[in-house]
Amino acid sequence: MILRIALFLVALATPLRAEIAIQEVTSPGGIKAWLVEDHNIPFMALELRFRGGTSLDQPGKRGAINLMAATLEEGAGEMDAQGFAAARDGLAAKIGFGAGSDEISVSAQTLTENRDTTMGLLHLALTAPRFDQDAVERVKGQVLAGLRAEEQDPSAIAARLARARAYGDQPYGSSGDGTIEGVTSLTRDDVLAAWQGAMAQDRLYVAAAGDISAAELGLLLDKLLSDLPATGWPMPPKAALDEKPGVVVQAFPGPQSVVLFGHGGIGFDDPDFFAASLLNDILGGGRFSSRLMQEVREKRGLTYGIGTGLASRDLSAEWVGQFQASNDKVAEAIKVVRDEWARMASEGVTEQELATAKTYMTGAYPLRFDGNGPIASILVGMQMLGLSSDYPKTRNDKVNAVTMQDIRRVAARLLKPENLSFVVVGEPAGVVATE
Amino acid sequence: MRPSLVALALGLACAGPARAAEEVSTFTLKNGLELVVIEDHRAPVVTQMVWYRIGAADEAPGHSGIAHFFEHLMFQGTDDLAPGEFSATVEAQGGNDNAFTSWDYTAYFQRVAADRLDLMMQMEADRMRDLTLSEQDVATERQVIVEERGQRTDSDPGALLREQMGAAQYLNHPYGRPVIGWLHEITALSRDDALAFYRANYAPNNAIVVVAGDVTPDAALKLAETHYGPLEPSASITPRARPSEPPHLSERRIVLQDERVSEPYVVRSYLATERNPGDQRKAAALTLLAELLGGNPTTSVFARELQFNRGVATWSAAFYDGTSVDPATFGVYVMPVPDVALADAEAALDAVIDGFLKDGVDPEELARIKTQVRASTIYGRDNAEGLANMYGQALAVGLTVKDVQDWPDILQSVTEEEIMAAATEVFDKRRAVTGWLQTPAPVKEAKE
Repeated sequence: MILRIALFLVALATPLRAEIAIQEVTSPGGIKAWLVEDHNIPFMALELRFRGGTSLDQPGKRGAINLMAATLEEGAGEMDAQGFAAARDGLAAKIGFGAGSDEISVSAQTLTENRDTTMGLLHLALTAPRFDQDAVERVKGQVLAGLRAEEQDPSAIAARLARARAYGDQPYGSSGDGTIEGVTSLTRDDVLAAWQGAMAQDRLYVAAAGDISAAELGLLLDKLLSDLPATGWPMPPKAALDEKPGVVVQAFPGPQSVVLFGHGGIGFDDPDFFAASLLNDILGGGRFSSRLMQEVREKRGLTYGIGTGLASRDLSAEWVGQFQASNDKVAEAIKVVRDEWARMASEGVTEQELATAKTYMTGAYPLRFDGNGPIASILVGMQMLGLSSDYPKTRNDKVNAVTMQDIRRVAARLLKPENLSFVVVGEPAGVVATE
Repeated sequence: MRPSLVALALGLACAGPARAAEEVSTFTLKNGLELVVIEDHRAPVVTQMVWYRIGAADEAPGHSGIAHFFEHLMFQGTDDLAPGEFSATVEAQGGNDNAFTSWDYTAYFQRVAADRLDLMMQMEADRMRDLTLSEQDVATERQVIVEERGQRTDSDPGALLREQMGAAQYLNHPYGRPVIGWLHEITALSRDDALAFYRANYAPNNAIVVVAGDVTPDAALKLAETHYGPLEPSASITPRARPSEPPHLSERRIVLQDERVSEPYVVRSYLATERNPGDQRKAAALTLLAELLGGNPTTSVFARELQFNRGVATWSAAFYDGTSVDPATFGVYVMPVPDVALADAEAALDAVIDGFLKDGVDPEELARIKTQVRASTIYGRDNAEGLANMYGQALAVGLTVKDVQDWPDILQSVTEEEIMAAATEVFDKRRAVTGWLQTPAPVKEAKE
């Protein structure tokens, strides 16, 4: 299979508009949600997000929020882990919990015929999780197995190294999964505290799509969510990015090296964000025709795939990229990346490239709204970005409004080849480390 | 039968269209090309998939990897398109495209706004017969494949173990070859090899086109007839007859040691029956068996016994996919907790399998699995691409649309007795390969 790189969920877009009717719903109890009603298929997708995520881990407790999220489905109320799983599966419901650096996510899908029972089950998991000692220990064992595997995984090693270099002791400086030593020492009390601190109503975002009306959704949300604590831990401060230009190499056996590279980026709320998005798309976004894919893969055969993305997160923004290459090709590939970065910084892009990127971004956008699950997920993400519910109608106009002058200005502002930091994990030949 | 005025007007021989719960229509063009249309009008999006009945198991000896290599080359130029222009055109329309190769098929797909289907079909039809390849394009793409193998196989001890186990599982059948190919054979593949492979296998009578999304069957048929209809069928397409397996008389064991391994595990594959046209009950029983034993990470037999009761495993699983032309495999897996040795983990796994063969099926767990199977036909309608994939894969391995549509009902009707009979038959170690993935034993001598 030919690699398709989807590094980050950067908003992409056709001459088509996203014809999507978003309703803003407020429950009788005051909980706000967005809804796309569609009664074609008798099921509903519900997405909840709690802002903060693993960046809310308390000092000395790194990994607690991740462990908590992974243990939420391991029993609630009168049901132990197996009882909860049996009840969920007997309803053919899907309930998933995840922890990211900026949010805890809860994804649920339920058949219409089982909606009330399924939501009752989810309510228990959110408000009365058991965190039984044996369940905590079992899940901890699974997290630890993953952490040990990461120590032997060059991609994970590179990611850890890059994070630590860029952010040091700040939340983004380490993996939200924690360390082997740290997770080993976590207790059930730490898990309980993480649950109370990270899953409160003051950081909650809600979206639903599918077979449910606005009135039904309002009643459902009150039952589901009004028992959550009103407030939780304070949000972490913005992170300071330490760019550390240069090349660092960490030895690891194998035929190839993993290379991560990047420097500072741009926030989603910056007026230049769409110009930067178009630049990124042309430089190394998810297309085969991006400059880096053409120069590094198609013309020179140095890699199977290379991509870049705007990692615009809550606490910091970076412009990052990655590739894997045989050890004897890494040096050449790094040189090509530097050259392309510099070329775009000084010359910008051609009118043809900009036109093509616009057609792609505007064309791809409506294609994302294709199903209840994806729609609920996009809607909750839009709320977290602070967008209004008519955004899908205006978004492509913002992309199309970017001019060649904008592109040149933003390329010069953001692309800094001299600031690029390369993290190489492998046994590369001819790569000179600068530290 | 629904009238197909367009087809009749063009003088086509049309089979069908057959109709199903998920709005599926099928047609066969005069040149042998099959067309499947799955309607989903909720969003103005369409996916086209072109499936060729050619895969790694159809490669000539010594040419392992050519089916996959050729998949990459299909993105080079044609008499009408420059190299790379295919994907660039899809992308310029705001769409995405890609391709994948397996032992039994090679498939290409594009996802675009529904009004771009015409262009997508035009381009796929163009490269079905009119590909052009330069020596330089072939040489560079071969380098990309070497990098792909380095990234996906040689950098991953688990992938290396799977490759070794596959080779040991099949004594004679070409499923024992890795899809990506053996490195020494990949590097020897030439432009002439690629062109010969193309001419022999890429033709309308070896292709299935699946269109899913916001399109009507009549409109899709009309477009297909316009673009694919004029293509000449190939006379060299014959039914797939591959070397078959002799009786398996002896258990095989593989130990792969790699310093990059952190979590050792045991995995075993057993030769197992596949789905066959009009004959899917045994495969359905094996599908449910895999779910019962190791599908659910909390309530399956393996999870309960190995993870919860005995506490010897961090993870466990069972897996089976019978959608293949020839016999498939049934897999079991256990990753022990840190202080349990692989031999003990394997012994525990065997004890649990023996216990299951004695105790039989837990009826409540089976009922929950069947409930989920029923629900999956509802959830599945939310994903037109998933449906396209399901139909395309099944048709590419020789199943029919009816087989696909019968499958959920067959799963519902499989009895406990059938599951136990399937288990008794499949769990024969003489037809199995057991693999251990572990770190090398510490070396006693000091290094020079």
